[in-house]
Amino acid sequence: MSNKKNTVFLIVQDNEDARPIIDAVEQDNPEVNIQYQPGMVRMEGAGRLIVNRETVEESIGRDWDVQELHLNLVSLAGNVDEDDDKFELSWH
Amino acid sequence: MSIEISAKSIQPIRLSYGNLEERFGNKKPASRYQEAVYDVQPTTNFQFRPVWDKEHEIYDKSRTAIVMEDWYSFADPRQYYYGSYCIARAKQQDVAEHNFDFVDKRDLFAVVPESVKQQVREIMVPFRHVEWAANMNNCQITDECYGANFSSVGMFNAMDRLGMAQYVTRIGLLMEGNEETTIDAAKQAWMEAPEWQGLRHAIEDMFVLDDWFELMVAQNFVLDGLVFPLIYDRFEKKLTVEGGATIAMLTEFMDDWYKETVRWTNTLAKVTVKESDANKVLISEWVAKWSDRLTAALEPIAVKAFGADGVNELSEVKNELLSRLAKQGVDIK
Repeated sequence: MSNKKNTVFLIVQDNEDARPIIDAVEQDNPEVNIQYQPGMVRMEGAGRLIVNRETVEESIGRDWDVQELHLNLVSLAGNVDEDDDKFELSWH
Repeated sequence: MSIEISAKSIQPIRLSYGNLEERFGNKKPASRYQEAVYDVQPTTNFQFRPVWDKEHEIYDKSRTAIVMEDWYSFADPRQYYYGSYCIARAKQQDVAEHNFDFVDKRDLFAVVPESVKQQVREIMVPFRHVEWAANMNNCQITDECYGANFSSVGMFNAMDRLGMAQYVTRIGLLMEGNEETTIDAAKQAWMEAPEWQGLRHAIEDMFVLDDWFELMVAQNFVLDGLVFPLIYDRFEKKLTVEGGATIAMLTEFMDDWYKETVRWTNTLAKVTVKESDANKVLISEWVAKWSDRLTAALEPIAVKAFGADGVNELSEVKNELLSRLAKQGVDIK
């Protein structure tokens, strides 16, 4: 789907905790390519991929710390820009 | 010998229950909240009517004048089902318990000025009866409502209110070194002192409301929308300025709880009002009726708490509540 050089990805475990993160990525990144693999979910974006705290919070109904992402993180590619409100991958 | 390891993916045949597939499609697994709440209450094949109410089925939509096409169109934004509710409250209970221990261990009440203590005795402690009433009212809502989303939100709320009544009671006890004097005096004030009678009368009238949705509006929208900002926010801040920060430590839960509760009452108001104009008229009428009555009932208490500023503080709180509800689509006259 995307120029290989430019691709960023985020892989999380396929479990109950990660589901709202995957939903949030799907909602906030219209171009994202989501592949369900055994035990994990790979989300690929062209150049940029963002996880917004607010979107995740809306779907789980409680406060969510962006750092909770790391509990279910398997792998990623891209330069990370993380703060209290978002976790963003891109190539600098 | 070579071993070939290959990953095999096994797809589940179905991702959730049939009733949830009908509602949300079969694209992704249902959340725990959806599984725990949607369509759990029986809707057909009731054998006989309850002996205590021959006019209605045991679960009956006609127990309220509010009409909803689908009673499950309201979903708790906090997504509380038994597990998530218990986890959230257990964390908060740990904090509260620790705060009570801390105040006790350091004997922090010894340094609270007597004037502040007296205000707690006269204004805050009688609110344990209001919390108990809120418990009763939410049990009533749970009993008569239609839809497991309503009964779960009602029951969780009822348990919270019992917990808060206990926190207020414990403040009264802790302050007096476990003597019951303050609790007894507060009970007497609640039963006899003229400034409490308007509120007690209004609350006792709420006990016997026939329409559970009106009770929902009166208790959870209006009364809580007035009492919590007035007492656990504004009055609390006034006490802190006068040297009573200890009290704020012990009522932290109430403040957090109210912020959380506003989220679901807003959603409920919005969903119900949007459903039809008839609902909008009903909710707006109930909000107007109960906000007038309860503001009047709270006025003597506000005056006792804030002196000359009391009327002003109360009307500010009322305006905040009404403008919040107006944003959800309720008509405010």
